[in-house]
Amino acid sequence: MSLDKTGSDRAQGNGTAADQHRTPLLDQLESGPWPSFVTGLKRLRDASDKPYAPMMNDLLGQLEHSYTERLGFWKGGTVSVFGYGGGVIPRFSEVADRFPASKEFHTLRIQPPAGYHYTTDLLRQLCDVWERHGSGLVALHGQSGDIMFQGCSTENVQKAFDEFNAMGFDLGGAGPALRTSMSCVGHARCEMSCYDEVKAHRRVINEFLDEMHRPALPYKFKFKFSGCANDCVNAIHRSDFAVIGTWRDDMKVDQAEVKAYVARVGRKYAIDHVIAMCPTRALSLNDDDTLDVDNRSCVRCMHCLNVMPKALSPGDERGASILMGGKRALKIGDLMGTMIVPFFRLETDEDFDRLVEFARTVIDFFAENALEHERIGETMDRIGLPAFLEGIGIEPDPNMVNHPRTSCYVRTDDFTDEAAKYFERKAREAGLDVAAD
Amino acid sequence: MSTAEQLRHPIESGVPDPFPFMHPVLKRNYGAWAWHDRPRPGVLRHVAKSGEEVWTVRAGTQRQMDVFTIRTLCDIADRFAEGYVRFTTRSSIEFMVSAADKVAPLVDALTDAGFPVGGTGNSVTMISHTQGWLHCDIPGTDASGVVKSMMDMLHEEFVREEMPNRVHITTSCCQINCGGQGDISINVQYTKPPKINHDLVAKVCERPAVVARCPVAAIRPAMVDGKPSLEVDEQKCVCCGACYPPCPPMQINGADSTKIAVWVGGKHSNARSKPAFHKLVVANLPNNPPRWPEVAEVVRTILSTYKANAKDYERIGEWIERIGWPRFFELTGFAFTRHHLDTWTGARKTMNMSAHVRF
Ligand code: HEM
Ligand code: SF4
Ligand code: SF4
Ligand code: SF4
Ligand code: SF4
Repeated sequence: MSLDKTGSDRAQGNGTAADQHRTPLLDQLESGPWPSFVTGLKRLRDASDKPYAPMMNDLLGQLEHSYTERLGFWKGGTVSVFGYGGGVIPRFSEVADRFPASKEFHTLRIQPPAGYHYTTDLLRQLCDVWERHGSGLVALHGQSGDIMFQGCSTENVQKAFDEFNAMGFDLGGAGPALRTSMSCVGHARCEMSCYDEVKAHRRVINEFLDEMHRPALPYKFKFKFSGCANDCVNAIHRSDFAVIGTWRDDMKVDQAEVKAYVARVGRKYAIDHVIAMCPTRALSLNDDDTLDVDNRSCVRCMHCLNVMPKALSPGDERGASILMGGKRALKIGDLMGTMIVPFFRLETDEDFDRLVEFARTVIDFFAENALEHERIGETMDRIGLPAFLEGIGIEPDPNMVNHPRTSCYVRTDDFTDEAAKYFERKAREAGLDVAAD
Repeated sequence: MSTAEQLRHPIESGVPDPFPFMHPVLKRNYGAWAWHDRPRPGVLRHVAKSGEEVWTVRAGTQRQMDVFTIRTLCDIADRFAEGYVRFTTRSSIEFMVSAADKVAPLVDALTDAGFPVGGTGNSVTMISHTQGWLHCDIPGTDASGVVKSMMDMLHEEFVREEMPNRVHITTSCCQINCGGQGDISINVQYTKPPKINHDLVAKVCERPAVVARCPVAAIRPAMVDGKPSLEVDEQKCVCCGACYPPCPPMQINGADSTKIAVWVGGKHSNARSKPAFHKLVVANLPNNPPRWPEVAEVVRTILSTYKANAKDYERIGEWIERIGWPRFFELTGFAFTRHHLDTWTGARKTMNMSAHVRF
C-alpha cells in the first residue's frame, strides 16, 4: 500500500466543489459492501447550500492529512454550555492554518432515550437542529451510550444545546463525573429480561444529574443496566456499577417444548450442546426427553435459556446482581466487575427506591474515599474488599468469591464474633427471632 | 453590545423517557415477552405472552452517519417499517414491523439502499469502536476507517451468520482502549517510550499529575537545559501512553512506533463460561491506512480457523480453552513469543499451575 504524500495537499481555498481537498487515501474507503462514513462526509461537504459544507471540506482535508502522516491533529481545550461543567468534548485543530474551516470541531454528548428507541420524526428533528448549528455528522451511538453530535464551532455549541434541550434532551457526562448510561432492549422486546431496565436506568441516572453536569467526583463513574447475564450492554467490563438481571427461584421449564426441541435437533446434539455445555452440570436429559434442572447448582449463566428460549424461562422471583469495579487497563490492569450484591430484588417501586438509595451510598463512598483519578475498582483493590464492603454497608457473602482466601497472613482474633454475626444474619433472613433485635 | 446577553438555563431532564418513541407493539407488551426465533439471518420474531408478534429487521450502519444517511434510514422506516427504529449498542439499526409480510419488502429496501441486513444470530456483528483521527485528541490510528475496512471483509459473515457463535470485534485507537474487550480486539500498541518536547513541558503539563499517572513510576521531574521538565526511565517504561493525555509534549504516537496488536477471547456474556478478558495473539502489525491489510489478514486467519474448528455455541475464547493455546497457535500459524507471557499485576495467575500439557 503506497502512502500518497500528495493526499493532504491543499487545493486553493475551501468550500466549493472547485477547491475541494484531494482525498486519495480516504477515497479508498468508499469501495466495498459496508456503508462508508467517507461517502457520508463527502455528502456533507458537497451540500453547498449548507453552512457546514466548508467545515466538512476542511475536516476531510485534515482527516486525509492524518491518513498520510499517520498522526492525529486534534487538541483539547475548554468549551461548555451555560450552567454545566461537562458534556461537551472540545476539539481544536492543530493544523488550522491549512484547514481553517474545521479549526473548532467540538462534540456534544447527548443522552438518548433509554434503550435507544426513536421515531423517525424525532430523528429528523435531531438532524434538523444539527444542520442548523453543527456539521451534520452524528454517531449513533458512542461506546458510553451518548448520541455524539460531532463537529460544532465554539459559538454554536450553546445554540445547538439550547435546541436539543428544549426538545427534551440533556447533555451526558465527561470528565471526572457520572457518565451517560446504557440499558439493554430488555423489557421492551426480550423474554430474558429480569427487571425493568428503563425504570432502573432512568431512576438511577436522573437522581444523580448534579454529579453528571457539574463534575466533582474523583474520576469517572459509570452505571450500566443489562436485563440478564447475557449482558448485552457489556456492563461487567465497562461499568463501575453493573446491574445485571437474574432470578432467585427455579427456572421455568415447559417440558413439551423441551421434547419438541430434542425431536428437532436430535438427542446427541441436545446432549452435546445443551446438557454438556452447562457450566455447573445442573442439567440432565431424562430418558423420555424431558429435562431435569438442579436449580441449586444453576448459576443463571443463560446458556440453556438462549438455546431453548421457547422451553426455558427465568423464574418468578426477579431482580439483579450488582457487580462493581469493571474498567480498562490504566493503571493496574483490566478489572472485571466483582459480585457485590448477589440478589437485589427489583419488582416494586420500593425496590427501585432502594436501588437508588444504594447507588447513592456507593457514589458517596466513592466521592469521599477514592484518590484523584482512581476508578472505584482501583479503590476496591487498594483498600481491600472487606473495607470496601464495610464502607458501603454490605455483608460478605460466599457468592462474592471463587473460593475463600488462600493466604494465611491475616488476623483472625475476632473470627468467632464474625461467625456469630453471620449466623444472626442468616437467622434474620430466615425470619427467625434474633437475640440482638 | 449594550445589553448583556440573556443566558438560558438548562432543563436538567436527564435520560429521556423512551415510551413516546417506542414501537406500539413493544409498548403494549412491555415486560411480557414469551419467546423468540430467527426466521432468517438479520430477522428476529418475538412473540409476547399476549400472543402478539413483532418482527425485527437488523441492518448494519457506519455509526458515524451524516444527516442524509439518517434521513434515508428514516424514509425506509416510514415507507416500510411503521416509523419506528431503535439502535443496538453496536450501532446497528433495528426496524420493528407488526406483520410477517412486511419483512421481505423492508429487507429489500435496506439492501437496495446499501445497508447490509444481518448481525442477529451467529454472525460477526458490527465492530464496536472509538473515535480515532476523526475526533479524539490522542489517537494512534483511526477508528471508523479500520472498522470500514474490516467490515467490508466481514460483510459475508454479518449477513450469512454461519459462525459457531456470535463474534464481537472491537477496535481501539490508543491503549486507553475505549473500544473494549472482544472475541477479537484490534488495538493500538505503542512500541517506543514517549518523545519529550522539553520546551513545552513546563508550560502545558502539571508535572506531579503526570508523574502520578505512570503505572510503572518511570517518570521523574528533571531540569533540562535549565528548564523544569520531565524524564523517562526508558528501561522501565511500558509504552502505555498514559502520560500523553495529561502532557501532550510527551508524544507517544509515532508514524513508525505506533503499531497494532490483535487480541482474542474477550467475552462479556456470562453464558457457559464466565466473562473473560482478551489475550494477545499478534503484535507489531503496521498501522497501515487506509485499509490496514496486515491486520485484516490476521483477523481473517483467526476467524476462518475458529469457523472451521469450533463447536456450535463455543465463543472464540471457549474454543481455545477446549483445544488449548498450543493448538491455537499451531492451527493459526502465529508465533508464540516471550511477549505472550504476562508480566503485569497478578501475572502468575495467568500461568499454567498444573502438570496439564498438550502436544
Ligand atoms: C483524552 C482522553 C479521552 C478521550 C478523548 C476519550 C474519548 C472517549 C469517547 C469519545 C468515548 C465514547 C463516549 C460515549 O460513548 O459517549 C469513550 C468511551 C470510553 N472511554 Fe474514553 N476517552 C478518553 C480517556 C479515557 C481514559 C483515560 C479511559 C480509561 C482509563 C477511557 C476509557 C473509556 C472507556 C472504557 C470507554 C467506553 C465506555 C463504555 O463502554 O462504557 N477513556 N472515550
Ligand atoms: S441483556 Fe438479557 S435481557 Fe437484556 S437484551 Fe440482552 S438478553 Fe435480553
Ligand atoms: S442457566 Fe446455565 S448454569 Fe443454569 S442450567 Fe442453564 S446452562 Fe446450566
Ligand atoms: S481509544 Fe484512545 S484514541 Fe481512541 S477514542 Fe478512546 S481515548 Fe481516544
Ligand atoms: S508511556 Fe506509560 S510507562 Fe512510559 S513513561 Fe509514559 S506513563 Fe510511564
